[in-house]
Amino acid sequence: MSDGQADGVNPDRDIDAANLPGQRGDQGEAIATRRGMFGAADGGDTSGYGGLVRTVRLPGASSRPYGGPRGGGAYGDFDEVADELEGALDEQGLVPENVIEKTVVDRGELTFHIEREHLPRVARTLRDDPALRFELCTGVSGVHFPGDKGRELHAVYHLRSITHNRLIRLEVSAPDSDPHVPSLVDVYPTNDWHERETYDFFGLVFDGHPALTRIMMPDDWQGFPQRKDYPLGGIPVEYKGAQIPAPDQRRSYT
Amino acid sequence: MSTENAHASRASAARETTEGTVYTVTGGDWDEVAEAAKRADDERIIVNMGPQHPSTHGVLRLILEIDGETVTEARCGIGYLHTGIEKNLEFRTWTQGTTFVTRMDYLTPFFNETAYCLGVEKLLGIEEHIPDRASVIRVMLMELNRISSHLVAIATGGMELGATTIMIYGFRDRELVLDLYELITGLRMNHAYVRPGGLAQDLPPGAVDQVRAYVKKMRKNLPEYDKLATGNPIFKGRMQNVGYLDLAGCMALGATGPVLRSAGLPHDLRKTQPYCGYETYDFDVPTAETCDSYGRFLIRLEEMRQSLRIVEQCLDRLEPGPVMVADKKIAWPAQLALGPDGLGNSLDHIKKIMGTSMEALIHHFKLVTEGFRVPPGQAYAAVESPKGELGVHLVSDGGTRPYRVHFRDPSFTNLQAMAAMCEGGQVADVIVAVASIDPVMGGVDR
Repeated sequence: MSDGQADGVNPDRDIDAANLPGQRGDQGEAIATRRGMFGAADGGDTSGYGGLVRTVRLPGASSRPYGGPRGGGAYGDFDEVADELEGALDEQGLVPENVIEKTVVDRGELTFHIEREHLPRVARTLRDDPALRFELCTGVSGVHFPGDKGRELHAVYHLRSITHNRLIRLEVSAPDSDPHVPSLVDVYPTNDWHERETYDFFGLVFDGHPALTRIMMPDDWQGFPQRKDYPLGGIPVEYKGAQIPAPDQRRSYT
Repeated sequence: MSTENAHASRASAARETTEGTVYTVTGGDWDEVAEAAKRADDERIIVNMGPQHPSTHGVLRLILEIDGETVTEARCGIGYLHTGIEKNLEFRTWTQGTTFVTRMDYLTPFFNETAYCLGVEKLLGIEEHIPDRASVIRVMLMELNRISSHLVAIATGGMELGATTIMIYGFRDRELVLDLYELITGLRMNHAYVRPGGLAQDLPPGAVDQVRAYVKKMRKNLPEYDKLATGNPIFKGRMQNVGYLDLAGCMALGATGPVLRSAGLPHDLRKTQPYCGYETYDFDVPTAETCDSYGRFLIRLEEMRQSLRIVEQCLDRLEPGPVMVADKKIAWPAQLALGPDGLGNSLDHIKKIMGTSMEALIHHFKLVTEGFRVPPGQAYAAVESPKGELGVHLVSDGGTRPYRVHFRDPSFTNLQAMAAMCEGGQVADVIVAVASIDPVMGGVDR
């Protein structure tokens, strides 16, 4: 890469360049920056791909009206859920703005980002309030964003209301240095194994879980396999005379 | 004096000899433990059932504390079939993902594939552009798959009770479904036939007739299960009031599928949150009020009848047309054909792109090696698998590979109910209860 061009002038070095794939402009929340492509970052790179820079932006906070699963624009199902939840939290003496970090509506799905210390209260409200009544929790899924500093580990819950036929998502985050999230087993006993699984794979500690032990990996396993810094492993395989590297060592289009 | 007393009560006794003090070390406190256990007259023992036990539905380990014939505590040990599919998916393209997910719950491959593809299509925002024919074939394969999965549930469940005839019946009829899979996808299992955007290929010639013949045959065979089992007093005696889990228990433990419907709640995602056009099909959701294994057996039997109804409706509404989304940035430029060595690109098509169009060749190469990009964000897609709600949580970072894929497998969640169903019951009933949950360890452990 020639240094004659200053950063920001070369469109390939411009993080916000519109000609790069997977962009969402300035909207959304930047959670990571990807550099290069198919591992061509070292000195031998003559392709220029090593200089590629791409900012990963997840959909950011939405504003009212949220609409419903079939589309936005007008007051809909999602606004109703948000109103009821905010009202119920208000009644419990909580300030909704302090509990709900942000509300995201994307692809016909409603996501509440919750401050982690308030998660059990919110879940209990969602389950017990007759106007909300999310009886069924489909478990928890972890996501690791090493580039999202201070919020590296995310726990994602999908709640289904059979009574009102709705589906919402709760998301909480915890930093790598303090990977603690309150357990929801008290509210949704079904989360017992799901939280053990997420602990097993991501190292998220669910405080208050009755027996948080590994569930898939052996009890004495070291490390948390689904974290992004944990290698996939594997050995090179010979195929028709050539060595094919392990899947996580192959060139990839990031 | 005090030292002597202490020595007497401890394991090692000391004795003065001409060579000095000699300590005699004996078994230590284990002797006391063994003595105490001998004196105690209860029959409380802990039994490890599995993971290599023919009645535990695969590599499932049940840890049972039993007092005589009564189970006082039951726990599951899982993870013996964990293969890291979710991690592996992060290192392959979105399209290659179907090859992995089809291997999760290996008895319901089409459900895994469809749930995954619905999630990817939601992330891409192309749900509206999936051709009708692709959706109809997806529904048809899923319903055939529901039949084959329920047949295994009933067959293995019967075998575990000692009813080997049911096992033979079940696998006989399932074999016919596998023949259909082989005809349509080229494989009996692990199909990777449903792809993001549509299907890998269209139905082969003669498939519709074969499926129709199967429906006809199955309508004749299904009453045999009724004749053999439904009214059978021994069968009923083993199944009724066994594996009891009421509605409150189901809701708390997140149980879905036949377990939930056996508690009387007609919750079925095909009705409440339709996908693939299920709202346009005519079928019933059977329920039972018994909350027990027998109710779940009856529900599975009835669901197979309803599935036959849906398959027939699919056959009637199959219109000629594409089976892949029109967007050439997503659809593989492939015309797959069954070759002598399995499924592959048709030789005519390869000849055409190799010989006549360099651009087509480049496009083909890029799309197959690099894959398509999926806009960043997350999505949740769920289908009603034979076992319950099969949910997929997908996260994309805008790249050509999934950033995170999580499968909420119904077997995994429902298996948690094992303790609630078995504790306080007989050891022999544990087998019946686990069989009525119908867990598949490939799905539980992934």
